[in-house]
Amino acid sequence: MNMTVQTSSVDTAPPLWQMRLKLALKNFKSGWAIFKENPIGIIGLVLIVFFALLAALHPILMATAWEPAVYDPITGYDFEILIHPSPPTWIPQPDNPMWEFSFRHVLGTDPLGRDVLSQLMFSTRSEFLLGVGAALVTVLIATTIGAVAAYYGGLVDMIFMRIADVVYMLPFIALLIVLSSLFDFELIHLALVYGVLAGFGGTTIVIKSQALTIKVKAYIEAARIAGGNDLHIIFTHLVPNLLPLSFLYMMFTVTGAIFSEAVLSFFGLLDIRMSWGLMIQTAQAAGYLLNSWKYWYLMFPSGVAITLLCAAFYLVGRALDEVVNPRLRKR
Amino acid sequence: MTIENTTMETSTPREIVLQVNNLKKYFPIKRGVFQTKVGDVKAVDGVSFEVFKGETLGLVGESGCGKTTTGRTIIRLYEPTAGHVDFMGADMAQLRGEELRNIRKRMQMIFQDPYASLNPRMSVLKIVGEPLEVFHVANREERKERVAELLEMVGLNPDFMRRYPHEFSGGQRQRIGLARALALNPEMIICDEPISALDVSIQAQVVNLLEELQDKLGLTYIFIAHDLSMVRHISDRVAVMYLGKIVELTTREELYQHPLHPYTEALLSAVPVPDPVVEEQRKRILLEGDLPSPANPPHGCNFNTRCPKAFELCFQEEPEYLEVKPGHFCACHLVKP
Repeated sequence: MNMTVQTSSVDTAPPLWQMRLKLALKNFKSGWAIFKENPIGIIGLVLIVFFALLAALHPILMATAWEPAVYDPITGYDFEILIHPSPPTWIPQPDNPMWEFSFRHVLGTDPLGRDVLSQLMFSTRSEFLLGVGAALVTVLIATTIGAVAAYYGGLVDMIFMRIADVVYMLPFIALLIVLSSLFDFELIHLALVYGVLAGFGGTTIVIKSQALTIKVKAYIEAARIAGGNDLHIIFTHLVPNLLPLSFLYMMFTVTGAIFSEAVLSFFGLLDIRMSWGLMIQTAQAAGYLLNSWKYWYLMFPSGVAITLLCAAFYLVGRALDEVVNPRLRKR
Repeated sequence: MTIENTTMETSTPREIVLQVNNLKKYFPIKRGVFQTKVGDVKAVDGVSFEVFKGETLGLVGESGCGKTTTGRTIIRLYEPTAGHVDFMGADMAQLRGEELRNIRKRMQMIFQDPYASLNPRMSVLKIVGEPLEVFHVANREERKERVAELLEMVGLNPDFMRRYPHEFSGGQRQRIGLARALALNPEMIICDEPISALDVSIQAQVVNLLEELQDKLGLTYIFIAHDLSMVRHISDRVAVMYLGKIVELTTREELYQHPLHPYTEALLSAVPVPDPVVEEQRKRILLEGDLPSPANPPHGCNFNTRCPKAFELCFQEEPEYLEVKPGHFCACHLVKP
C-alpha cells in the first residue's frame, strides 16, 4: 500500500529535464550574482554585445540604407568622392570646397574607395566565427586530453605533457606565418590550426591539473567500485566537472585567435576577403600607415576593434574565473 | 546472557565468504631525479583472516595502522603487493579487467566521506542507478523503479531521486551511498569508516540501518572503524590492527572481556565507560610514544617500542599469529596456546 503510494508520487513529480533546467537556472543565477559584482566582467560583456550588434546590423544596413554598389565591403566604390582615401564625411575639411556635412561615410573610405565602417562591421562576424570556432576546437581537445592524461597518469600523462610543453614553447605567430605561406590558409583553417595548437598546449596543462584534483575525489573511486570502466569514469565523472574551467579557457582562446588573425592578415598571409587585419594591411600596402595622424581612419577603427574585442573576451574570462574559482573571490 | 548465546552461534563453523591470506600492500617510496625506489611503506604487511557469511567483521586500530588500506586492497582499489583474497571461489587479488568488473556486482563498498563520495553534478537517480547502468541490468524505467525501491530500503523518500547531493545532510548522503552499494544485490559490503564523518546522533541511525539491512538481505560486512564502542555494537568478530598487521582477532565478547594482546588491552582501556562508579576506577594504560613509521617498522615485534610488557624476545623475534584459543587469534610472545 505504502509502496504504491510512493511510486505514484514519483510518476507525478516533474520530469528530470525540468529539474535539470531548474538546477541549471539556479546555478546560472548564483553565478550571475557573482559575475555582475565584478565591473570588468560587465565591461567585457557590454563590449561583446556591442560587437555582436555591429555584426548583426551589417546585413540589415546592406539590405536597406546602404547601396551595395557603394557600400559593399569588398567591391564597393564611391564615385562621388574624388580622392580616396577620404576622411569621415562629418568632419569639416577647410581645404576642400566640395565638402558638406553628412553621414555618408561615418569612418571615411579606404584607398580603394570602400566604406570603412561597412568593412569593419562585415569583418566582425568572421572574427566571432573564428574566435568561437578556435575556442571550441581547443576546449574539445584540451578537456579530453587533460582528463585522459590525469586519469591514466604515468606514460600517457608524460607523453601528452611533453607534447604540451613543446607546443606551449612554439612561437605561435611565427609558426602560423610559416604554415600559411606553405598552405592555402582560409579562416576555417586558421581556426582549426589555432584551436589545435592552443588545445595541445597551455590549456591542456591547466585542465589536466584541475582533472588531477577531481581524480582523487571519492566519487571517482565509488564509480570504479560501482563497476564503471575507464571510459565511463572519464566521460561521466571527470569531464562534466572540468567543463566550467574549459569554458573559462574558451574565452582566453578567443582572444588569442582574433589576435593571430589580425597579425596574419596584416602580413597578407590569410586567404580572406575582408578582416580587421586586412584593413590595416590595405592601408599599409598603399603607404598610408606612415602618415597615421592624417589617415587615422584607415588604421584606428580596425585597430581599436581588435583591441576591444580581444580585451572583452579576456575580461569576461577573468570575471568568469572568479565564478568558477571561489578562492579568487573577495568575500 | 543472550549476547553470550549469540556468540556461541557465531563461533560455530560456517560458510566462509572471504578468505584473506597473507595480504600485503607496500607503497614504494621514491626519491631523487630518477625516482629510484628507496624503500617501502608497509601499509598492510601480511594480513590473514576469514569472514563468515552473514557476519560483521570489525577492523579497528589507530590512524595509519592500515585498516583502510586493507579494505581497499581487498576490493582492489589498490593493487595488492602479495597475498590471496578468495572471495566466493575467485581470487580477488588476481582478477583482471572484465572479471574484476563483474565481481563488483557481489562486493561493494561504502565510503568514509559522504560529501566527497557523491558526484555533485549527478542526481540521486543517476548516482544510485549508476551500477545498474554500467552493468546494463535494467532499462530506464526499471532503473527508476529499482532506485525508488532502494531509496525506500535505506529510509529515504523515493521522490528524492530527482535531487542533487548538495541538498542532503551527511546522514542522508551516507544513506544514498548505501543505496548505491546495494543496487546490484551484493553479498558483501566493505564499510570504510562509514560513520566517522557523521554526527553522533546520526551515527546510531546509520549503524542501525546497516544492521537492519544485514538481517533482511543476509549481507556480510567488513566494518572498518576506530570507534571501539561502535565496533562493539555492530561487529560479531573484531580484528585489531597495529602497524599493518593484525595483532588479535576474536569474537567481540572475548575481545572486549578477555583481551590477550597488550595493545588490545591498552586500546580498550581508553574507551570511557558510561557508569560514573566504574569510570572512576577505570585504569587507563597510557602508551608511550608514537606509532612507528610503517616505512621503517621496528625489528622483532612491531609493538615493542610502546609495549609496557616487552621483554628480550620481543626485540629479537617477530611473534607468530596463532590461534591461541578456539576462534581467538593473537600475535604476542606472552600469549601462547
